[in-house]
Amino acid sequence: MKIAVCIKQVPDTANVKLDPETHTLKREGVESIINPFDLFALEAALRIKEQAGGEIVAVSMGPPQAEEVLKEAIGYGVDECLLLSDRAFAGADTWATTAALAAGIQSLGDVDLVVCGKQAVDGDTAQVGPGIARRLGLPHVAFVKGFREVAEGRLVLERQMDDGFDVVALPLPGLITVVREVGEPRPPSLKGKMRAKKYQAPVMGAAELGLTPEQVGLAGSYTQVVKVFAPSASGDRRMLEGTPEETGAQVIDALVDNQVIMLGS
Amino acid sequence: MGVIIDKELCTGCGQCVDACPFEALELIDDQARVNDACTLCGACADECPEEAITVPEVERAADERTASAKGVWVYAEQRGGEMPEVVAELLGQGRRLADELGVELGAVLLGAGLDGLCGELFALGADVVYAADDARLELFNDDLYCEVLARLIAEHQPEILLAGATSLGRSLIPRVATAASTGLTADCTGLAIDPDKRLLLQTRPAFGGNIMATIVCPSARPQMATVRPRVMKRGERVEGREGRLVPLELKPEDQAATEVMEVVRAIDDQVNLVGAEVVVTGGRGLGKAEGFDLVREMAAALGGVVGATRGAVDAEWIGHAHQVGQTGRTVAPKLYVALGVSGAVQHLVGMQGSDTIVAINNDPNAPIFDVAHYGIVGDLFEVAPAMLARLKQLRGQA
Amino acid sequence: MDYFFTEEQEMIRDLCRQIAEERIKPVRAELDEKEQFPSEIMKALAQADLFQIIIPEEYGGLGGGCLENCIAVEELSRACCGVSTSYAASFLGAYPILLYGSEEQKQEYLPLIGSGDEYCAFALTESASGSDAGSIATEAKKDGDEYVLNGSKQWITNGGEAGIYTVVAITDRSKGPRGASAFIVRDGDPGFSVGKKETKLGIRASATAELIFNDCRIPASRLLGREGLGFVVAMRTFDKSRPGVGAQAVGVAAGSLDEAAAFARTRKQFGKPIITFQAVAHMLADMATEIEAARALVYATARYIDSGAKDFSKVSAMAKVFPSDVAMRATTNAVQILGGHGYMRDYPVEKMMRDAKILQIYEGTNQIQRNVIGQELNKEYGRKK
Repeated sequence: MKIAVCIKQVPDTANVKLDPETHTLKREGVESIINPFDLFALEAALRIKEQAGGEIVAVSMGPPQAEEVLKEAIGYGVDECLLLSDRAFAGADTWATTAALAAGIQSLGDVDLVVCGKQAVDGDTAQVGPGIARRLGLPHVAFVKGFREVAEGRLVLERQMDDGFDVVALPLPGLITVVREVGEPRPPSLKGKMRAKKYQAPVMGAAELGLTPEQVGLAGSYTQVVKVFAPSASGDRRMLEGTPEETGAQVIDALVDNQVIMLGS
Repeated sequence: MGVIIDKELCTGCGQCVDACPFEALELIDDQARVNDACTLCGACADECPEEAITVPEVERAADERTASAKGVWVYAEQRGGEMPEVVAELLGQGRRLADELGVELGAVLLGAGLDGLCGELFALGADVVYAADDARLELFNDDLYCEVLARLIAEHQPEILLAGATSLGRSLIPRVATAASTGLTADCTGLAIDPDKRLLLQTRPAFGGNIMATIVCPSARPQMATVRPRVMKRGERVEGREGRLVPLELKPEDQAATEVMEVVRAIDDQVNLVGAEVVVTGGRGLGKAEGFDLVREMAAALGGVVGATRGAVDAEWIGHAHQVGQTGRTVAPKLYVALGVSGAVQHLVGMQGSDTIVAINNDPNAPIFDVAHYGIVGDLFEVAPAMLARLKQLRGQA
Repeated sequence: MDYFFTEEQEMIRDLCRQIAEERIKPVRAELDEKEQFPSEIMKALAQADLFQIIIPEEYGGLGGGCLENCIAVEELSRACCGVSTSYAASFLGAYPILLYGSEEQKQEYLPLIGSGDEYCAFALTESASGSDAGSIATEAKKDGDEYVLNGSKQWITNGGEAGIYTVVAITDRSKGPRGASAFIVRDGDPGFSVGKKETKLGIRASATAELIFNDCRIPASRLLGREGLGFVVAMRTFDKSRPGVGAQAVGVAAGSLDEAAAFARTRKQFGKPIITFQAVAHMLADMATEIEAARALVYATARYIDSGAKDFSKVSAMAKVFPSDVAMRATTNAVQILGGHGYMRDYPVEKMMRDAKILQIYEGTNQIQRNVIGQELNKEYGRKK
């Protein structure tokens, strides 16, 4: 089975802090990492490969330094990588991103399965996986949390829903996006890391993918950001002062007075 | 591609560098330079005191749909004949947008055996219901649902399509946007109309919720957005309100590629955070997993459920189902009690709609106090027991 | 301090540190509390190729030596000595095959051990035979193409978890210590069973069990080397493995220093962080100094062994005895610095103190190590005259 895994280099947003004065992001020391959800995608792909055999190719779209996350993927055990990098890709929304990724995956030849993390932590859109699937004309199952059956030509999956889960059969070729329940990502391996040191990912730009500059990046995007601003904080706030006993009692009294807490049963 | 900086005017003051949320500007030789990370958001241009920065117009040529498309649509998600709460919220918001634009509000319903639901959609404010009622649509599958919805869009050309940012919506709608060749904004928390351009202003948290971004889709229709549950106000329900029903027949060759073999309802192991009236949340300030004992005690005393921050979940003190915030659940209870929660913006976006917020933290500068109605600087392991004691005392008297 | 590791050695250290932080630290208290073998962690170590470290490249391994092993073991021990014991015990069981196995035996067993598909264990100790290893009672009698083993082994690390056991048994009692031989026993061999699982003071995440041989029949091809080599196999194995125990000790001690220093910086008494009090600062200073000295000794010994040296019994013993004594002192002082907190199971230092004790006992007690060092000194100075 030939598996493509989409991975993205993202800033470590868990450690991003907002400057309370300027309302901008303080990014000193914020590292670039593999999108955490993509580690679950890698793990899912590695487990499928363990069962079904085959080859895993990691694909990423990003600036040249995104090669780092692809090398990391080699460390986790993927076989090959493909970096989609071009100045023309900058500023892409999900529409333009899926154009490049879909073309990149198509360039790999007969891919049986595409695996994506459910979303990237910097954008949180969860749109890229289903978008790629539609562009490639593949069926997809999103938010996969478990595998019931891995067979040639077919996967039986558990798909997370808000009210439980569905058991869904996906004919291959197909695409899945996965959530953390698919299994804890394994650590990278020593042999993989040694291979990664020497590994150079092939790079493709828009022209190699057969895409025009109007189809990718900012120019190829339907959506535009027109404004960014800090989230607003709501008004009337009271800081309570005193000993823990006093403040604890004060806040309960205030909540009771304002009928936020009812004393009766 | 990036903003244009007038080198004559730039004084190298660096205010734009600080203002840029994407780290796309840097000072080189006392001049601002822009790099590939620029998204043309314009935050720098607003900030520049010399007006040295202009945002180039990189708009796609608007296609013919932008002029002709009319109407606001809501995708009325249903599972097993049940519509989630967000459908009513979308219809409430859709009604307001449609009225502002002076157009009809449509609802799209896909499934099998939908008779009862159409009336409900009318009652909730829909003028038209586009219904595809077919056994092949009984169970949710992305591919066939997508093709049917895309077909409806192509035929009727709505200018706006809203859907819930539910598991189903977040799986289906990106596929539909791709099929319909249009833009989509995920997880919106605010929607408004720019009356001059008839554009939908879609506001959502970005960068892990650290900033808010307003996004438009000027050159294609429909303008599509998924909307967070429990953010929009639901519309008024008018029993017996009537509307137009437009049925859609599937083609004989329509067949889903994926097959739903089993539907498992399992909400028991999920935490009912979203519907709770009281949420008591614990953060990193609890210090360790056992700290949640106090959170549970407080939640029990207040008749609420236990929430957690991303930090506490990542530390594996408690399960992901409890997580409140950008990557967890959005909640808006009557009372929100934050224990040892610093208030990372990613958390705040998930709870700042709460009616009353109480925060206890030992750091007086914790951002949680910016949104708290009652803030207490102190050791939560002292203050929270004092609250419990007072509550017990008052209940004893009552 | 920079010990001038190669890129590969740094990779091993960083990867083990990552696994220690992400996988071991979050569960170490629970594993200790429940006395539970760390199956998940061992699987992760296998996926990370860490069982390949000392396996030669021709058998699919990484071809590392004693130093690479020490680096890995130190980092894992910094988080949990129980986990690192389970890990290192597999190498302890593998060394006899590595050192004395035939080409066929190496081909068969080393890839299994390196992939982590099978864990390994070394079985010498018996109920009546501890430091006096010459007094073992387990017998192996040749019977045609087979050996028949009878007897039992006690306190065997990875007992019940391993698939491959290297076992020392007497083949000719009349020859005394020269009458012992080493064998490979597989889990599932007829007449082999695992007896009582021990409950322990420390390293509770490791499995320690009794092995029972009741007319246990194994093919004669499982003999390691030749008959009579049993004690040589055991002694050479321990010579190789002892710096690993030293590395465990450095790791445990460093882990306790991490905890104690962090605590002393944040804990305030009399209005000041307790690290500003000389009594506490001096304890930390001694811990840090001794740990660095122990680490330097372990690395230097490991490098000496890896250089192909033959006469390393003395330094190997030194690289076990000194670090393990340091670890016992450091962990005890860490508990002291944390005071009441340190005595409670909420903090990891009491576990580290319990774990440290075994390092002075297993793979040759520190008293035996001093005997070895003493005998070597006697020989050296006898030669010099």
